[in-house]
Amino acid sequence: MALLDKDYLNYPERSYGMDHDRYEWSMLQDRKAIAWPNGKKVAVWINVGLQYFPLNQKGIPFKVPGGMTKPYPDLRHYSLRDYGNRVGVYRFLKAFDRYGIIPTFAMNTRLAERLPYLVGTLKERQNEILCHGYHMDSLHYGGQDLKEEKALVQKSLDGLRELMGQEIKGWISPAKNESANTPDILANNGISYFCNWVNDDMPYNFKTKNGLLTAMPLPTELDDYFIINHNLHSAQDWAEQVEDAFGFLLKESATEGGRILGLNIHPWVLGQPHRIQYLERILDYLGNHDDIWTASASDILKAWKDNS
Amino acid sequence: MKEDPGYYDYWPYENRPKITWPNGAKLAFWVAPNIEFYELDPPDNPFRKPWPQPSPALPGYTSRDWGNRVGHVRQMELLDKYGIRGSISLSTALCDHHPEIIELCKERNWEFFSHGIYNTRYTYGMTESQEREMIKDSIATIYKHTGQKCAGYLAPALSHSEHTLDLFAEVGTELFGDEAGFYSCDLFHDDQPTPINLRNGKRFASIPYSLEMNDTIAYLVQKITPRRYGKELMDNFDRLYAEGAESGTIMCIPTHNYQVSNAHRIKAYEQALEYITGHPDVWVTTGKEIAQYFLDNYYDTALEDINAKNQRYGPIG
Repeated sequence: MALLDKDYLNYPERSYGMDHDRYEWSMLQDRKAIAWPNGKKVAVWINVGLQYFPLNQKGIPFKVPGGMTKPYPDLRHYSLRDYGNRVGVYRFLKAFDRYGIIPTFAMNTRLAERLPYLVGTLKERQNEILCHGYHMDSLHYGGQDLKEEKALVQKSLDGLRELMGQEIKGWISPAKNESANTPDILANNGISYFCNWVNDDMPYNFKTKNGLLTAMPLPTELDDYFIINHNLHSAQDWAEQVEDAFGFLLKESATEGGRILGLNIHPWVLGQPHRIQYLERILDYLGNHDDIWTASASDILKAWKDNS
Repeated sequence: MKEDPGYYDYWPYENRPKITWPNGAKLAFWVAPNIEFYELDPPDNPFRKPWPQPSPALPGYTSRDWGNRVGHVRQMELLDKYGIRGSISLSTALCDHHPEIIELCKERNWEFFSHGIYNTRYTYGMTESQEREMIKDSIATIYKHTGQKCAGYLAPALSHSEHTLDLFAEVGTELFGDEAGFYSCDLFHDDQPTPINLRNGKRFASIPYSLEMNDTIAYLVQKITPRRYGKELMDNFDRLYAEGAESGTIMCIPTHNYQVSNAHRIKAYEQALEYITGHPDVWVTTGKEIAQYFLDNYYDTALEDINAKNQRYGPIG
């Protein structure tokens, strides 16, 4: 008896390019070199995830990485995440200002609803905000009801735009997860770039039913949560990996054109007293480096569009 | 189900007949970049889920796509720099999807061996004829796109049946006689090549490919740091190089462009390559060349020694 359908050996997408129609297949080395403003070599995009992990997590269709893992009420994980929004984030802000680094904030709308003080602080700073979905337990996922997801995107974006008084053109889904419809819905809601697809080191055009988005490169591999909480490396290891990555990108930029160092970081991870020094070490190093361009995600995107 | 796969006999790692690699080398060194295609929406397999999330499973898919878009060229430049020809473990559908990568490898006279069609189509649950068809498709695809007669096999996603090695050897013979289908990377039982027992009696070798040095095992399973990985590569080399004075050993680094070519990892990898290729008695080669050399020069003496050793105190009980 065959356990697999005969179609298991049929390959309907086996032809040139990708096995879907969202973007063109291309190798980075074959693309035009990008020049950043003022001859800078590496654009540094520090992306701060400001997240709200609700205590009454539903976990549909999976428990979000970093979320609650214990039976309700999982106070240890709830409060340790909340630490970032009370304590860690203010350590971050001080460090950015001290070393002259321009951050971009990716914020859950529910967090903005809950914390007017933090919203007020961020508004005064006028850094770019992008939407990180409604909260960390409101996932976008394969098989999600289309109406439900449309409403979720709209609620997330309308709410954050109103609270922040900013246009908001960027998006990162919680857990960088999507349904098959997510990019189409985002394009229909005034989003121009998103960061869910970690398949490139430079921006590229991403097709939707409602026009083009730009996929922006924000690698999970250098994410502080991924390195420290998933890989279980130390904060010093994180810093060393960032230094090695920057060294390589700088070297590559000499022959291949401008590169982007995208660091996705979280105040509940690197904002801890024993870890903050390693973020400061990186910011100090980058902030004093002649070849880096500290910029918001939108400024990097604009410069890329202007000369690609 | 069998208690033991039956592919190889017990062969203690002491007093083996001495292997000397070409030019008196003590260690045969090969790098096996896996160049894979994972599908965004693969069909279900009752024994293994391709992705942890419902489709589209972006984390896994996009990171592997990065390997093809960005990572491949980075690793290739590094191998060029240290005079290493890659032995490609190939998802053969990649010949159709990304022929540019195949061309770059062909220009460098790299070896291509079969790693199935897609790394999201598992052997689990296939009938013998389905598995034979899949293997035949992969060997024929390599020949069509590269002109190479596929010598080696690493089952897709390391998914096997009881007959995987037999089928690979038989299909190789059917298509190209003794010129194809004569080594396997699927077994991790030794640091030297070993004869493999097949149902058709073909001369066939297992070539150490090393799960331990595999970057995906190091980074995704062991979750070690890049600098630690570089150190482990050098430690692995040091021991095998020293032991190679007694009888030639093999070191393989199996890589994946979506892992080892990341900007934060490639430096540690380069340091290890520089260290290894900087030693005088290293034969920098390919999987196929090692297998051929073993079959031509040491296969028969290995069989004799295995038989002799198993007679001393008796065979496996």
